[in-house]
Amino acid sequence: MSLAMETTARSSGQFRVTRSRRNVAWTGAGAVIVVVVLALFPFIFYSGTTTILVQAFIVLTLSSMWNLLAGYAGLVSVGQQAFVGLGAYFVLILALHGTSPFAALPVAAIGCGVAALPLWWLVSRLRSGYFAIATWVLASAIMLVIERFSSLGSGTGLPLPGLAGLSPSLLSAYTYWAGLAVTVVALAAMYLLLRGRLGLVLTAIRDDEVAARSSGARVGLARLLVFVVAGAGCGAAGAVLAISQLQVQPTAVFSVQWTAEMAFATIIGGLGTIEGPIIGTAVFILLQQTLASYNAWYLIVLGLVAIVVALFARRGLWGLVDARLHVRLFPVGYWLRLGEDADRARRTRRRRTSAFPA
Amino acid sequence: MVWVNAIVQGVLTGGLYALFACGLSLMFGVMKVVNLAHGDLAVVACYIAIGIIAATHVPVLWSFVIVVPVMGVLGYVLQRTIIQSALDRGVLTTLIVTFGLSVVIENGLLEFFTANTRGIGTGLSLVTSSFSLGSQIQIAYLAVVIFAVAVVVLLGLQYFLSASKYGRLIRAVADDKEAAQLAGADYRHVFGIAAAIAFGTVALAGVAYGMSAQVDPTAGTDTILLFAFAAVVIGGLGSLWGTLLGGVVLGVAQQIGAQINISDEILAGYLVFLAVLVLRPQGLTTRRAQS
Repeated sequence: MSLAMETTARSSGQFRVTRSRRNVAWTGAGAVIVVVVLALFPFIFYSGTTTILVQAFIVLTLSSMWNLLAGYAGLVSVGQQAFVGLGAYFVLILALHGTSPFAALPVAAIGCGVAALPLWWLVSRLRSGYFAIATWVLASAIMLVIERFSSLGSGTGLPLPGLAGLSPSLLSAYTYWAGLAVTVVALAAMYLLLRGRLGLVLTAIRDDEVAARSSGARVGLARLLVFVVAGAGCGAAGAVLAISQLQVQPTAVFSVQWTAEMAFATIIGGLGTIEGPIIGTAVFILLQQTLASYNAWYLIVLGLVAIVVALFARRGLWGLVDARLHVRLFPVGYWLRLGEDADRARRTRRRRTSAFPA
Repeated sequence: MVWVNAIVQGVLTGGLYALFACGLSLMFGVMKVVNLAHGDLAVVACYIAIGIIAATHVPVLWSFVIVVPVMGVLGYVLQRTIIQSALDRGVLTTLIVTFGLSVVIENGLLEFFTANTRGIGTGLSLVTSSFSLGSQIQIAYLAVVIFAVAVVVLLGLQYFLSASKYGRLIRAVADDKEAAQLAGADYRHVFGIAAAIAFGTVALAGVAYGMSAQVDPTAGTDTILLFAFAAVVIGGLGSLWGTLLGGVVLGVAQQIGAQINISDEILAGYLVFLAVLVLRPQGLTTRRAQS
């Protein structure tokens, strides 16, 4: 459709451009209700349940951040464990100096966002596969540097101080709320970022980087912003991890296993949709709880499923849902609706709105 | 004298790192595949060698005669199936699939063979004995042999790619696979052959590593993949000689780091890698930056 045609068609009311087919207010109200119900969980369930959910919050935050990197900005980082570890160590350092670990959490997130700047400067010269391994090398190097500080427990790490005054049930409730808060903030930030100008730039880059660049999109700046946000998010998740584990051990917090978990959860759920990591995290937690007594088998199964999904169902489980029901819980794209004719709207919707053309 | 020793040992270790790296380099150069499972496959080769030696009692040094073809066939099959279908779906899928393979292989090895370290050495005089230069420099025969193997493999690959008929075909396919296809080359088969060669070098690297050190499943990523990558970046992407130089620089940096403080061995190597990334992102040997 040419621009002239589009202008006349739009002014004569032949079609409308909307964010969503359904009313967004309902989705928003639903999200608020879900968060409120989740926030009440510590009053209803035993701490065993909330402990599993804290783990789910950590994985969901991590995979949402990985999704932002790989699914929207095309940056496949295998070194996000650098930020998980840094977030955990920021909390440890502040706690050793007398700050409450819960108060240290936002500082850790901001610290990780700031730390992402020099790291981006180092790895941004590399593309795709080399970027992936370079981030991995960086994560290893950061761990080796931290292991040099005997005040931080060298290679064995330290227990997290500053939480001894809390009763176990109160501690587990606070940890749960911290995890929930981090996840809600991370998802909300991601949703708002992707709805705004950044989302538009990232979509343009994903479709055609050269064309986006020549149209004036600031590709480098958009990627830097994504890397910083993802660093802060993973750092916040690492801080929650430190609080929930009550200790910080370098090989555990800097393990590449974190990146494996976030990547696999994202791919299984659906790369490039905000809903994908939520589904992926649910699958992850289910698998992990089912195979809990079989050591690392959950990771092997998860890896195999991720390979199969990546090869045969590129849009993941959410993609399968979306293809049939056309549902978006977090509408960040645009719908084109011709007139008020529902039938015609349905026909065009299929063609115009899929993020990944089939 | 201590420093000279560190440099000599570093150069010799560098040969092993170059051997780690040439398969990674070859697969990227020809297929544009960054194989994140590279190191874990080397560990698989090492475990196969250990199994074959235990089961058939072939002489330790000749185990590679079996392991290299086995890994070559595995490389061809993996390339024609999983990696090729990932390549058809884009760079992102290739990375995800090879990363998935890496995690699956590493944790699979951990489940079946535990985290215990094992090695190939069985008291061979070549593996254990050494000769001295001057009073303080002890050079293990094995290190010299591995260095020589690395140089021979790199020389052979360079000659094969630049002078042989099949090497020309591989380069043609690497440059433009559609055009090569139009000229009658089956690029999928050529990719398979290139992967087979790369996996052959991976097998050699795994066996060599198993002879010179104790190997456990996590060595695949922690040591082999990351060191191989550092060697490739230091030397310059897409240059086989650069890879050898990069391996040597990495090895020397590690040994000098170990002289300063024994726990700084690996960190010193990574610092040189980062310095090259900042000061000379195109690597030490390449003239212009490559994407």
